[in-house]
Amino acid sequence: MHFIKFLARRIGHSVFVILGLSILVFLIARVMPGDPARMALGPRAPEAVVQRFREELHLDKPIYVQYYYWLRGAVQGDFGMSLFTKRNVAHDVKEFLPATLELMVCTGIIFTVFGILLGVASARYANKWPDNVVRVFSYLGVCTPAYVFGILFLLLFGYVFNLLPTIGRLSPELEYPAHATGFITIDSIIAGDFRAFWDGLKHLIMPSVALALGPMAQEARITRSSMTENLQRDFIALERSQAIPERRIMTRYLMRISIIPTVSVLGLDFASQLGWAFLVELIFNWPGLSRYGINVMLHKDLNAIVAVIMIIGLVFLVVNIVVDIIVAGLDPRIRLGAERSK
Amino acid sequence: MARRLLHIRDLHVRFDVYGGTLKVLNGVNLHLDEGEKVGLVGETGCGKTTTAKSILRILPMPPAKITGGEILLGKDDILKMGIRQLRELHSHGISMIFQDPTASLNPVFTIGDQLTDTIRYSTVEQKLTKRETKKRAVSALSDVSLPDPVRILENYPIQLSGGMRQRICIAMALASRSRLLIADEPTTSLDVTIQAQVLKLLGRLVEEKDTSTILITHSLGVVREWTQRVYVMYAGQMVETAPTKELFHSPFHPYTKGLMKAVPKLTGEGVALGISGRIPDYLNPPTGCRFHPRCPHVMDVCRKERPPYFVAGDTHEVACFLYREK
Ligand SMILES: Nc1ncnc2c1ncn2[C@@H]1O[C@H](COP(=O)(O)OP(=O)(O)OP(=O)(O)O)[C@@H](O)[C@H]1O
Ligand SMILES: [Mg+2]
Repeated sequence: MHFIKFLARRIGHSVFVILGLSILVFLIARVMPGDPARMALGPRAPEAVVQRFREELHLDKPIYVQYYYWLRGAVQGDFGMSLFTKRNVAHDVKEFLPATLELMVCTGIIFTVFGILLGVASARYANKWPDNVVRVFSYLGVCTPAYVFGILFLLLFGYVFNLLPTIGRLSPELEYPAHATGFITIDSIIAGDFRAFWDGLKHLIMPSVALALGPMAQEARITRSSMTENLQRDFIALERSQAIPERRIMTRYLMRISIIPTVSVLGLDFASQLGWAFLVELIFNWPGLSRYGINVMLHKDLNAIVAVIMIIGLVFLVVNIVVDIIVAGLDPRIRLGAERSK
Repeated sequence: MARRLLHIRDLHVRFDVYGGTLKVLNGVNLHLDEGEKVGLVGETGCGKTTTAKSILRILPMPPAKITGGEILLGKDDILKMGIRQLRELHSHGISMIFQDPTASLNPVFTIGDQLTDTIRYSTVEQKLTKRETKKRAVSALSDVSLPDPVRILENYPIQLSGGMRQRICIAMALASRSRLLIADEPTTSLDVTIQAQVLKLLGRLVEEKDTSTILITHSLGVVREWTQRVYVMYAGQMVETAPTKELFHSPFHPYTKGLMKAVPKLTGEGVALGISGRIPDYLNPPTGCRFHPRCPHVMDVCRKERPPYFVAGDTHEVACFLYREK
């Protein structure tokens, strides 16, 4: 019951955030220098034609009218035409978003699992060699941007050892499985095409590991420090004084409380990948939304820019809500505190 | 003659912290007979909690390190115990009530989760069913006069008041029917009216089972009322021990005398000493007697040598060169 209220409040809150974001993005996109109509039609198009195009896009109207037209379309899933691909923006997004989402999910799984494992290992063997190895790795991971890893992997595993495919999501000789989710790995399983599954997975490895290393290092550090800190707390001493087996203390009592800061950061890391992903998508020629986003920005493709940013914002919000729910589930202080302050 | 239950000899504990090593416990000696109730007093930071946690082997390591001494329970040295023996010690040998009930309950588990584990692992006779465990948990909470125990089992620590949390900690410590109870300032975190209630309750429960007790406290009033013998601790050493009445009547050590003159502060947790200065830095503790920089009667020998215990009465010992002659 409390949970439903909590969720409803969070979602209601998010609607306002999205609206605010849309106004802001809309404004910024319009005040950027350059004339979108002129850029779309090219320098040699006659002024009369360009003018007619402006009117078609409502660019001659005051900005709040433009926003109204945009909002009316957006709630129906129509974000207008892309001036760059000359297609409906919604269509473009539908094509490019799944590729990016698949990359993000794969990356997220990698850094969640390995980040926490490494963190637990280095807390367990604090100041012994596993901890030191993880520490060095963490420094490297935190301070190296994902695209550097991307280029390194590309050279090493793509060209020198020729182990993994370097371009796109699927080898050209393979047929794309029937579109169900847009995730190649999932669609190929649905279609029962295991060759495509294996190939798609191989394509995913390098870009997702390149993206995952930074957040993984971060998760490992946070998990380690929260575990070692909590190990010194009195409740652990109390639990030890009550003959509760050490293994149970570690896996149950220490784990649940120590994982809370990690989970909070996980969400942020997960969402901010979208920002990092564009360079990695460029490097691996990944037909994703981030790459698309950069292209449309360079072309001052108004509708597409707004749509891409809105989608990134939406992903942020959804991820944040999910993280809040998980954290509230783990931490009664937050759950009950939220209830109380209601 | 009563049997010796616990005997700590020359215990040394250090903390390795950023910036150096804190030499906190520096040769602690303490003993206790079966059924005896002793008090342990000393100003804040003198190592009372560290001593208590050493006895149970629950100091956080790192940073703590036990570098010497022995802690005999009966004939067994606790410091040499293996995992199985330690588990026995924890399940029904010694239990402890912690100083701060808020810090000593795990905030992300319900009271029920924590209390049933306590009961489960401290029950030695036979494996309890879930039902049975819960029944015992409810009765453990009723024993410490908590209203509506069934509901409290479902609560998380933040949903309860400080007094309730402390009662829960007492219930946990008593659930295991231990031979020795260490109560580490069981009431300091509570406000005055509740302090009295909790102390009375604890006193009743301890009397009922005639449990040997080490009571750590700042309050000399509580010591006087509760204990048969007292240890006075200063900067990681016992400076004086005597039967309670005798200690109050004729304290010997200059530090003890200062304590007696002290005015209990109602607000803070410490006592304002009748002696100027404060507890020394454990990074570079004073040589000789650790109290000498604050001692009004300091002599040359105090700076160079550590005073041994001089016998000043039947069970009255004092570690101070002023009493060398006796
Ligand atoms: N976890 C720790 N890390 C580092 N130093 C510690 C730790 N625990 C205790 N100490 C050191 O040991 C000294 C004694 O601490 P302890 O908690 O035993 O004092 P106490 O006599 O119980 O004081 P109080 O009356 O305030 O409870 C402190 O001054 C502190 O410097
Ligand atoms: Mg203490």
